[in-house]
Amino acid sequence: MTDLTRLSIADARKGLDAKTFSARELTDAYLAAIEAANPALNAYVAVTPDKARDMAEASDARIAKGEAGPLEGIPLGIKDLFGTKGVHTQAASHILDGFKPGYESSVTSNLWRDGAVMLGKLNMDEFAMGSSNETSYYGPVVNPWRAKGSDTDLVPGGSSGGSASAVAAWLCAGATATDTGGSIRQPAAFTGTVGIKPTYGRCSRWGVVAFASSLDQAGPIARTVEDAALMMTSMSGFDPKDSTSVDLAVPDFAAAVERGVKGLVIGVPREYRMDGMPQEIEALWQEGLSWLKAEGAEIRDISLPHTKYALPAYYIVAPAEASSNLARYDGVKYGLRVTGKDITDLYEMSRAAGFGREVKRRVMIGTYVLSAGYYDAYYVRAQKVRTLIKRDFEQVFAAGVDAILTPATPSAAFGIGDAAMKADPVKMYLNDIFTVTVNMAGLPGIAVPAGMDGQGLPLGLQLIGKPFDEETLFAAARVIERSAGLDLSPAKWW
Amino acid sequence: MSVDAATVKRIGRLARIRIEENEVETYRGELNAILGFVAQLDEVNIEGVEPMTSVTPMALRRRDDKVTDGNYAEAVVANAPLTEDNFFMVPKVVE
Repeated sequence: MTDLTRLSIADARKGLDAKTFSARELTDAYLAAIEAANPALNAYVAVTPDKARDMAEASDARIAKGEAGPLEGIPLGIKDLFGTKGVHTQAASHILDGFKPGYESSVTSNLWRDGAVMLGKLNMDEFAMGSSNETSYYGPVVNPWRAKGSDTDLVPGGSSGGSASAVAAWLCAGATATDTGGSIRQPAAFTGTVGIKPTYGRCSRWGVVAFASSLDQAGPIARTVEDAALMMTSMSGFDPKDSTSVDLAVPDFAAAVERGVKGLVIGVPREYRMDGMPQEIEALWQEGLSWLKAEGAEIRDISLPHTKYALPAYYIVAPAEASSNLARYDGVKYGLRVTGKDITDLYEMSRAAGFGREVKRRVMIGTYVLSAGYYDAYYVRAQKVRTLIKRDFEQVFAAGVDAILTPATPSAAFGIGDAAMKADPVKMYLNDIFTVTVNMAGLPGIAVPAGMDGQGLPLGLQLIGKPFDEETLFAAARVIERSAGLDLSPAKWW
Repeated sequence: MSVDAATVKRIGRLARIRIEENEVETYRGELNAILGFVAQLDEVNIEGVEPMTSVTPMALRRRDDKVTDGNYAEAVVANAPLTEDNFFMVPKVVE
């Protein structure tokens, strides 16, 4: 029998409907793969085998009755940031020790409504703060990809590193993820997977642990563009419980995948050509453009003049919102509690013990930029710069550009414990240089594998779209996926 | 702008995060590195620019002022480290 874990979501759905295999068999295959691989990859922080088997058997019953949903019987991994009723939900933080919510997030509820099966909760950077999945309380996630001839462990990117690693290593058919500054697209690029951050407001934030509420969006990481589109359709939708959820009909995203790019105008922003950018990233970008051109797209040079200010503005806005959102972790309502001599002592000791270094650093920065006397100089200025960043994109789209092609990351995956990044937090932040603009402007962005670097590691390209035009991104990403024709199977060492 | 040791301690208190004496210098260095990085925003001309309040062109939705949820105190305190009769328990705050 073929290895069921290697099937795409689309093919697994066909096999389930044709009764070639059962949902229970498919789920069991994934559970066995997780058991064998997780000690090496550390992608899951909690596996839920009993729940998975129950859900799979319920799927088999619905398939037998001819009532299969769009994701019926498809085993998924869920990022630890999503509230899952009665199941480990800790944002990979020590401060949420033992937290099991009494509710289910809207996005995961939508997935279960459509028949998907939960395999467990995926590792991530603590509170989604990080670009290498090294800030997790549960330890770093390992990338299934290794450089040619090397046995050095590489990071899967972050913050959705568990999601990306699990998808790339066949430990789930697809995974939920979230993206505040690049946390879906950067790990997708590092692991040869497809990740899309939809337009702000497309997916409900209700029941998802908040990091920076004006930037946070959920989205899928999957092995193909079509699979990402299938998941996106189920995850999306209006939710009255999220005040920024947008009341718009959800398209059948999978139907847009083979639409092609004929007649589309693809913008190439000159500001994304960074000093010191590796030659192979530049070459990959040019190759991506030539593929789109060959299929009938028009390539146009554009300018997004405020690009370089997106990352510094982000490192004011995101920590400011985080310092406010994370005020709720006080040692009283849930999670870790360190007893002190009085209530202030209890707060300070619980938060000092429960938050990791990166989280503390960001809460401190956020507290500082919001404090009396600094609010205008930092926070208000950053929000004004954010208006200018968004305006750059609006002007380009108004001039007829349909989507923008850029590199996804400035490099391929790097080693765990990279000394230069450890010494300087800003160097780690630069990982998100190409992705963070998209969050600042609330736009959709997709990362798609497009090539390999000289060491045999995957590299991704990013497409940025107009608000609520994820369909064009799926269509254009599919052209890149098809033209690249990559074998995205990491050699199995784990 | 850069922060000194006293400011690091003050931010720690505002953020309700205990900063130990031997951590102050590391935080000071890291916070100054980040503040140095974001200082490039000073070169942007923001004359007449409105600060962003909503990334999507929509007014915040309002709902009717009605009770639509609640009456499950047990579920609310279920994850708390210390409770009694559905109350959160904390050290004495009033003498």
